[in-house]
Amino acid sequence: MLLLSEMREGQTATIVRVGGNGILRRRILEMGILKGTEVYVEKYAPLKDPLELIVKGYHVMLRVEEAAQITVENVR
Amino acid sequence: MDPKTLTIALAGNPNSGKTTIFNNITGTRQKVGNWPGVTVEKKEGSVTKYGYKLKIVDLPGTYSLTPFSIEEIVARNYVLDEKPDVVIDIIDASNLERSLYLATQLRELDCKVLFALNMADLARARGMKIDDQKLSELLSVPVVFTVGNKNEGIDKLLEKTIELAESQIGSAKVRKVKYSKDIEDSIGRLQQFIQDKTDGSLPYNIRWTAIKLLEDDKIVKERIVEKAENNGQQILQVARTLRKRLEDLFDDEPQIVMTDERYGFIAGIIKEVQTTSIKQRIDISRNIDLLLTNRFIGFPIFVFFIWAMFQLTFTLGEHPVGSLETGIGWLSGIIEVVLPDGLFEDLIVDGIIAGVGSVIVFLPNILILFFCIALFEDTGYMARSAFLMDKIMHLIGLHGKSFIPMLMGFGCNVPAIMAARTLESEKDRILTILITPFMSCSAKLPVYIILAGAFFGVKAGTVIFSIYLLGVVLSIITGRLFRSTLLKGADAPFVMELPPYRVPMLKSLLIHMWDRSKIFLKKMGKVILVGSVIVWALSVFPRNIQYSVDYATKKNKLIASYNSQMQNVSEADKQQLEIEKDAAVAALEKARQSEQAERSFIGHMGKAIAPLFAPLGIDWRGGVALLTGFVAKEIVISTMGVLHAVGKEDESEALKKALSASGMTPLSALAMMVFVLLYLPCLATTTAIKKETGSYKWMLFSIGYSTSIAWIMAFLVYQGGKLLGYN
Repeated sequence: MLLLSEMREGQTATIVRVGGNGILRRRILEMGILKGTEVYVEKYAPLKDPLELIVKGYHVMLRVEEAAQITVENVR
Repeated sequence: MDPKTLTIALAGNPNSGKTTIFNNITGTRQKVGNWPGVTVEKKEGSVTKYGYKLKIVDLPGTYSLTPFSIEEIVARNYVLDEKPDVVIDIIDASNLERSLYLATQLRELDCKVLFALNMADLARARGMKIDDQKLSELLSVPVVFTVGNKNEGIDKLLEKTIELAESQIGSAKVRKVKYSKDIEDSIGRLQQFIQDKTDGSLPYNIRWTAIKLLEDDKIVKERIVEKAENNGQQILQVARTLRKRLEDLFDDEPQIVMTDERYGFIAGIIKEVQTTSIKQRIDISRNIDLLLTNRFIGFPIFVFFIWAMFQLTFTLGEHPVGSLETGIGWLSGIIEVVLPDGLFEDLIVDGIIAGVGSVIVFLPNILILFFCIALFEDTGYMARSAFLMDKIMHLIGLHGKSFIPMLMGFGCNVPAIMAARTLESEKDRILTILITPFMSCSAKLPVYIILAGAFFGVKAGTVIFSIYLLGVVLSIITGRLFRSTLLKGADAPFVMELPPYRVPMLKSLLIHMWDRSKIFLKKMGKVILVGSVIVWALSVFPRNIQYSVDYATKKNKLIASYNSQMQNVSEADKQQLEIEKDAAVAALEKARQSEQAERSFIGHMGKAIAPLFAPLGIDWRGGVALLTGFVAKEIVISTMGVLHAVGKEDESEALKKALSASGMTPLSALAMMVFVLLYLPCLATTTAIKKETGSYKWMLFSIGYSTSIAWIMAFLVYQGGKLLGYN
């Protein structure tokens, strides 16, 4: 178990839990970032924030603090 | 007989190519972009096809219909309240899974939906195969493949749309998302309760209403109270009880569980309709991003792009500006000849042509700037700029997306403030709108050029750059200040798609560019026309001025004296004297105009407020010029020209001399530049602020805040400079 924000570039993992406050959490879920989804960390921005992910075949960016609300497992 | 009218709404995710399809159907000019959420306005267009008049409404691009952002509220309310005959959901075929989320939400609303699987070519290239028949069966929705930018499948789409509009499908036949047993149970019970209480009088689908109430949807709750009156509270009470039960059961909020289940339902559909071949094609977008968002060279490239944009805007734009100025001068010349001298000629030449001309002159710069921004948007680079800049913007308490409006502010604040609509949270939007005017717009540049050119010589460039920098620094400070006081609160979630890079279509770029410039021209044209006429009137009235000198008599005397001198001199001397005479008469006329301006209404106003400007080292003429600058910043220069009695020809050179002669020092020129940078936004910008924040309160606040900051900063510069021994 790891936080999404602790993953390194090029790693893949499976989402276990999405936490966070109401709107943020709902928004993240609605973009398809939810429990059981596979997530690939494409890269961190030059200033280390935000980070770019590939989820369900498309690219999306999240702030590190938001990624810290997401728990992942099976990091590979 | 008139053809039957059908209303068709286009819904879809941002970047799904919705706007391209809209343009293809209607031929209407409209914005197309890759920047998520660029289509914020509801846009309409009509076309007559297959014997029907089709009214097409382009809804804002959204990922969902949960009413969090303005776009989502606009889109959902339209479908709910206007009840279009058909909603076409434009789906990015290469992004089917996420796109189906919005699709399932549309499906739950009781409307006729049709899917356009757009960019089907791209999906195929990515090795995806979509079984449209199966998809259509599973969701009982007609499905059409389209390729928006190649105009493929559009006719078929319209054909199917009309077919659907004319068909009679009972909602019983429509297949919707099926939730887990406990949730379905609650939906059923609430549905029954609403049915009993409202007796079918509710204008919305009851299953949908029940689902939204279980999701604790604020807007639906308000509407229920409004529509079902006293029963409304009872319905909400039952919904609350059911929600509580579900919450205990799932140990999570029902809306979260339902979002989860919707995606579960979608995953099932995807499994059946989409096959992805193993063959992984090289993803061009990812390769481009290896370079453009690279850890080391991403920023330098970004800075280069921004620099190139400004270079293009200001250097390439300079050439047409010159010819436009000549053209306007030529037009004034003709009118001066054609019309008899007098008030009417003055109104046309000095009021209308000078005022409107001062805006038209900037059109080339603005066209180029908007072209560059459209290019950034349509290629997908705009989203990358948010990726690069978010960390920095976040430090000011802003969103990466705020960078774009602020950047556009360097061109013109009006479109910049309008661009702030792309921000989801109202606080972010208001904050961005409040600090954007500190980005020095292009209209202020002529003022700096004249003042810095006159007083700083070779260092003018550095001085102007520092002025720009000051604006940026103050915007950062203001941002931090307001974020921690006036506009406190959690940041909006920063979840943003990075769309694939696309080769922009020239047509779309031009439409994009022209649309924005048109807004600029239209708004500015009207406001500035009125404003310039008012300023003109204030500066030419009252007419019956008691001059300190009797100019008419003096002029006659002068002419008579020259004429008498000319009588007994040689032919060569005569010509020399003739030239001298003309110069003397012109000087006298300028002196008269200057005095006239001084004694006009605006002159009196300037004198009245002069004590306010005195501590800044700005004389009453500067004060008047700044007042007139409310109409448009570039007018500051022309007013100074009039007040310093400088002729129209070689204005800038003569004005520089006159300014130095009038006692303006480099320090007071600098203070004036600082004031121009910061003080109240121009009339058009103020109008835009009112429109975009929706309140006079924020407009007045912006005016008050910026003007106070301007005064304080100019005061610090002038008095501080004096203390340090500069002048």
